[in-house]
Amino acid sequence: MRKAFAETLAELARQDPRIILLTADLGYMALDPFSRTVPDQFINVGVAEQNLVGVGTGLAEAGFIPFLYSIAPFAALRPYEFIRNGPILHRLPVRIVGVGGGFEYGPNGMSHYGLEDIALMRVQPDMMIVCPADFHQARTAIQKTWDLPGPIYYRLGKDDLSVVPGLEGEFEVGRIQILSEGADLAFLSMGSITNEVVAAAEKLRRGGVRATVAVVSSMNPDPTEDLVRLLARFPAAVSVEAHYLNGALGSLVAEVISENKLACRLKRCGIRATPEGLTGSQTFMEQQHGLSCNALAEAARSLLE
Amino acid sequence: MPKGTRISSYQIRHIILQQSKRAGVGHIGSGLSVADLIAVLYDHVLHIPHPDDPERDRFVMSKGHAALALYAALFLKGWITEEQLNTFCADGSMLGVHPARGLPGVDFSTGSLGMGLSFGAGCALAAKLQHSSRRAFVLMSDGECNEGSVWEAAMFAAHHQLSNLVAIVDLNGQQALGYTADVLDLTPMGSHWQAFGWDVHDVDGHDVVQMAAVLDSFNTAEGRPHALIAHTVFGKGVSFMEGQIKWHYSPLSDEEYDRALAELGDGS
Repeated sequence: MRKAFAETLAELARQDPRIILLTADLGYMALDPFSRTVPDQFINVGVAEQNLVGVGTGLAEAGFIPFLYSIAPFAALRPYEFIRNGPILHRLPVRIVGVGGGFEYGPNGMSHYGLEDIALMRVQPDMMIVCPADFHQARTAIQKTWDLPGPIYYRLGKDDLSVVPGLEGEFEVGRIQILSEGADLAFLSMGSITNEVVAAAEKLRRGGVRATVAVVSSMNPDPTEDLVRLLARFPAAVSVEAHYLNGALGSLVAEVISENKLACRLKRCGIRATPEGLTGSQTFMEQQHGLSCNALAEAARSLLE
Repeated sequence: MPKGTRISSYQIRHIILQQSKRAGVGHIGSGLSVADLIAVLYDHVLHIPHPDDPERDRFVMSKGHAALALYAALFLKGWITEEQLNTFCADGSMLGVHPARGLPGVDFSTGSLGMGLSFGAGCALAAKLQHSSRRAFVLMSDGECNEGSVWEAAMFAAHHQLSNLVAIVDLNGQQALGYTADVLDLTPMGSHWQAFGWDVHDVDGHDVVQMAAVLDSFNTAEGRPHALIAHTVFGKGVSFMEGQIKWHYSPLSDEEYDRALAELGDGS
């Protein structure tokens, strides 16, 4: 989604000089579509994420719309207090762009994994969250949200090729998207892991279990109404996210079920333990942590037993 | 007290003592330390026709715990009323121990040290990008310079030649639990800013004439960002507070309040 991000933002920035893209020295080649198109609206602040957010806050106070770019943990965790006391507290349109959620940085290891970014942003009531499932949706989401008031956290995957079937690049703030319908259970997926979920649903279908697959790409405001409407139809639901188990999608779904007295059992699939020691590719790490399509299908089957 | 007229250090100190006593809160020494700096800035330096004017100079009270000195200036400028000032630290007040945006004249909420210089650098960069002559002033404490983020911002401002950014370091030699020389010694403070590429000026932080002249001399159109290293006395103006760690947090007793007011005199 990095290419889609850089290209989409470049198109917008050419029309609107308020857009400034600031990076903390990351995005080698990925940001070229932007920096080559509007070089005067591109700044590398150096390896300094706190200052990145502080400067972004000052720019936004003067009317700019700064996009602050780094790898998810560096963008969201290192400067977290700056984000809280800056853009959130001042209600300024600063955009934090965290690249590569979950295990997308594979062999780079734990330092580069985005495992708690969504949870941290979600506890801030005024931080909008956008977590697209593929690059088409990322493009639409950026186009629909870039000039909204207040801060936004974008979690963007690295994959610029895969397309989630049935999503058709749709995105609405505070809404979910339903990819396919099946009557036995509902999968709720967040972000780049969605194609594993689609594959899991296909495996289940071949075994005679029909699953609905929905994408949750917008939180704060939460898609509560959509979730209630969907979950009310199912006896069982499985949430899937490349994120720690607590605080993000699975928690949201559990809260919605509980607060709306829905009779829906929930299995949350996410990362349950600190990934220390073992490293490997994104696929390997997802397998290790129960996020392969096989493991997801098995989780769904056991929930229905 | 007259509003909208000249702002003096005496008036600011008087309000700091009055309001901190009324509210029963501390941070008095830090406020007294910057009273002369705030007087120079609000009486002479800052170009703020109106607190909402987009072309106003920006001011960041990065050492947010000295907010009472700022509130005094906002009141003396006529931007907040005496009734508002008298709500300092009361339930439902806009005036807390640390300043919050929303109060007229407060550009940035602060209270967590080490953020203000980055905010100010963003303001200064914005002005450059918008071809505006407006400037950004950031008032910091010397203890605050313990924060690594200060030096991220210092590097950035020098690299981008943010000549319209002025960092003022209130060098009173104290921080919450001790003397800066004993906690994390940054002596001489100016050398660090110089090494980071700033235009550095050491001044007597209680000499308003000298400070005004130095601040007036800054070329804010081009070149390096400016650091005013203001050598101050913590608790300045109240002899029993001067240089005493206790007055970072302690509120005043009735007897101490009377003595403090007596020392300030009548401002003449």
